Amino acid sequence: MKGRGLAFYAVIYLVFLYAPIILLPIFAFNDSTIIAFPLQGLTTNWFVELQSIEALHSAVWNSLFIAILTAIFSTLLGICAARAATRYRFPAKGGIMGLIMLPLVLPEIIVAVSLLVVMVQLFGLNLTRWTVIGAHVLICTPFCIAILNSAFQNLDASLEEAAVDLGETPLSTFRLITLPLVMPGIIASLLISFTISLDEFIIAFFLSGSEPTLPVYIWGLLRFPQRLPVVMALGTILVALSIALLIVAEYFRRRGVARAGKEDAGGFL
Amino acid sequence: MSVSKPIITLSGVNKYYGEYHALRDIDLTIGEGEFFSLLGPSGCGKTTLLRTIAGFEDVSTGTLHLDGQDMDGVPANRRPTNMVFQSYAIFPHLTVAENVGFGLRRASMSKDDKARAVGEALEMVGLGGYGARAAHALSGGQRQRVALARALILKPRVLLLDEPLSALDKKMREQMQVELMRLQRHVGITFILVTHDQEEALIMSDRIAVMFEGQIAQLDDPEELYRRPNTRRVAEFIGVMNFLPGTLAQATGGALEIEVAGLGKAVLQPDQQSGGAGPGEIAVGVRPETMSILYDGETTDRRIANGTVDEVVYYGDMTYYDIRLDGIDAPLTISMKNYVDKPVLDVGERTRVAWDARSLMAFPG
Repeated sequence: MKGRGLAFYAVIYLVFLYAPIILLPIFAFNDSTIIAFPLQGLTTNWFVELQSIEALHSAVWNSLFIAILTAIFSTLLGICAARAATRYRFPAKGGIMGLIMLPLVLPEIIVAVSLLVVMVQLFGLNLTRWTVIGAHVLICTPFCIAILNSAFQNLDASLEEAAVDLGETPLSTFRLITLPLVMPGIIASLLISFTISLDEFIIAFFLSGSEPTLPVYIWGLLRFPQRLPVVMALGTILVALSIALLIVAEYFRRRGVARAGKEDAGGFL
Repeated sequence: MSVSKPIITLSGVNKYYGEYHALRDIDLTIGEGEFFSLLGPSGCGKTTLLRTIAGFEDVSTGTLHLDGQDMDGVPANRRPTNMVFQSYAIFPHLTVAENVGFGLRRASMSKDDKARAVGEALEMVGLGGYGARAAHALSGGQRQRVALARALILKPRVLLLDEPLSALDKKMREQMQVELMRLQRHVGITFILVTHDQEEALIMSDRIAVMFEGQIAQLDDPEELYRRPNTRRVAEFIGVMNFLPGTLAQATGGALEIEVAGLGKAVLQPDQQSGGAGPGEIAVGVRPETMSILYDGETTDRRIANGTVDEVVYYGDMTYYDIRLDGIDAPLTISMKNYVDKPVLDVGERTRVAWDARSLMAFPG
């Protein structure tokens, strides 16, 4: 009886979690501007309409541009920080690492407002995609460090020493030994920061100025109820892309585990 | 034993980690082709010394010469040493052949020559045909062989081994000890072994440096080290030694007549005395195998002490007895070879112990 009760709870939980997402494709193909049951018939009009909205295209392009560069910059910073945290001892290490990780728990609205003040008032910067990238790197880097820290911690220091002992320089050792062995962590870090940046709204809303990202653009669309099915179509595409991304990430993770000959401790899928 | 042709010379080497004094005034010369062991308990500085020779640590003061060249400022990748790590440090993302051939990456050799060298190195450690395997699929013993082949393929002047056998089970360890000795004779390279296992050091080494607290306590060949430990601490670390309290009765010339508790008066020659044993309290050391148990009816021209069996530890080929000699509290450990017609004694039995004055050692009390 107890087992059945828990199973029921698990099913309810999953329905609650995924039902709204399943509604997305249903209404994306529904032939009506009103989001309500009963369904009115099948159409692909909303997807066709997507192709003709210029502002949407530039929003998608802005988001991808920001997310890709954010992923690269924050992962690079994360590699440096994780390496320093796991291999070297330096004064005030605990304090420094703590401050770097702080944006993880800082309310985004506070970060957004204070960055807006700093960038516009203090430095007189124009709000562009670059200001959003700067802010996104700030909030993504702690996630990257958390992921990369464990990747670097799992790396036996004597592997690097062995490579140096066999004639490699510290730099070529990093390339030949360290990098391939922490690669699963790097890929995970790139994907996480890419995803965080892609759907981040508050900071993008404050700092994107005349170059809105996709979430900011979608938020703008909500003011026009007749455009809602288009948003649904867009959402459907995004969900499909997310699932594809997740599968790619899991593929790399499993390959990394197999190459290092470790037990699989469970991943996303 | 003098060193024929030195390959490594350390003089006045000290190493500090902040306040911590890890190596203290190390003076050491290791000869070409020697099988040399650094032996000591954990934290004695033996691994630090090995890593200093490898170039992973720099010396705080003093000099290190390798093959006649000052190693000051020479990084690990440019030293003529290679190392077998305690964890073996096999690169998990490479195959066995790629691991073994890793050091040849920068060598100006044709691809075929490299492949041949890798094949020969694997053959040498008994892993011929394993080249294409994934490194992570190997057993502990195989990993160690790969680590050996990888380190030896560059033909280093010195091979450094950091507790290479500690991760293996007993059978495997004994087998690898013999193989390592054979390998060393075959390649003729100087081997420096770090170990905390005194038995392993005695079995394999030409010379052993016993280290305590960052200092070399004694440097000798295995037999000398076992027979004439220069301090009580070395004596306790190498093998088993019983200690009996003694008092000086009379000194004639170099010889000391000592009243030994439980045994009686004994005369110890100068070569049985370690530094500083003189008037006052003396600790008299005696190895378990230098004494024996006398069965009923057995006679001997050796000296005899009486006692009671306190503990029996049966090993199959040997039995270790703890015997409480009349007149003293602390039991004495005696090892006896087992024979079919000689029964193993029981706890509580009275027995006689044969011993000779010649196998006693005097240490400061």
